[in-house]
Amino acid sequence: MVTIVTGTRKGIGRFLAEYYLEKGHIVIGCSRTESDLEHDNYHHFIADVSDEKQVKNLVKTVYKKYGKIDNLINNAGIAMMNHIIFTSVSAVQRVFDTNYLGTFIFIREVSKIMMKKSYGRIVNFSTVAVPIHLDGEAIYASSKAAIVELTKIAAKELGSYGITVNAIGPAPIKTDLIKNVPEDKIERLLNYQAIKRFGEFGDIANTIDFYINEKSDFITGQTIYLGGL
Amino acid sequence: MEDKKQKVYEILIGILKEFAEEKELDILENPEMSTNLYGSEGNLDSLALVRLAVELEEAISDEFDKDITIVDDRAMSQKRSPFKTVGSLIDYLMLLLEEEE
Repeated sequence: MVTIVTGTRKGIGRFLAEYYLEKGHIVIGCSRTESDLEHDNYHHFIADVSDEKQVKNLVKTVYKKYGKIDNLINNAGIAMMNHIIFTSVSAVQRVFDTNYLGTFIFIREVSKIMMKKSYGRIVNFSTVAVPIHLDGEAIYASSKAAIVELTKIAAKELGSYGITVNAIGPAPIKTDLIKNVPEDKIERLLNYQAIKRFGEFGDIANTIDFYINEKSDFITGQTIYLGGL
Repeated sequence: MEDKKQKVYEILIGILKEFAEEKELDILENPEMSTNLYGSEGNLDSLALVRLAVELEEAISDEFDKDITIVDDRAMSQKRSPFKTVGSLIDYLMLLLEEEE
């Protein structure tokens, strides 16, 4: 299996890279800076996911080397927590560039390769902040709501080529992404969930395992929110 | 026809001939500049159009070592699409290649 995971320098992306390496996948990771992850089957690219040229180069290089891409996990993302009144235009641009545009460019480029084999599994990242409509998360949650819609329509447009597109909406996990979110906000967020606990990396891996399973060829256009929302 | 345009022409015709064989579309066996590709009188459906775009990008990258992206806001529109005929598509590809110079 050839699996691309974006945003592998730390957090969920790093965990997923190591997880799928352990399962015997060839993992291609990327981030804006170097990675210290060393493994015979791991290949790291320094790339900004919202840079069309860099993404095209990454995908082309992977295709030339391996001749296929089985799985794409669009994990790269940045968080922002702020009141609309205090939010700068450049911050909005930055969040949408990474969270939305980056996912779009990767889907477009990788699905061209997947079409050749009439097989592909694409997993995008949304968030539980979307169905909760959490105040302070207007920009972040909007960028991730756009991912849900992109997932649904990409699933329709790519379905006839054997490519499935699904999304996962993780519950808060203790990573850098939420380290600046006040405790009471997190507490409130957890209270919306049917199961009121933090998410674990393993919860995400379990959901992605289901989506990328070869047998999941009839599962597409879906978003699973962890914790029960 | 200049060399580069001739090469682009040959690449496109090659791909269309493959399509002709697979889809049993006689009209694409010997396509001419005016042969309709996509649109109201087109010979390709949207699935085939997407595949054509993907195969063209790859063939052009191999031939000219230039990474073009066949995207156009009009691509899926029926009237002014650059995918309307063989001729319009070649003109469009030449434009994309020029932009990459």
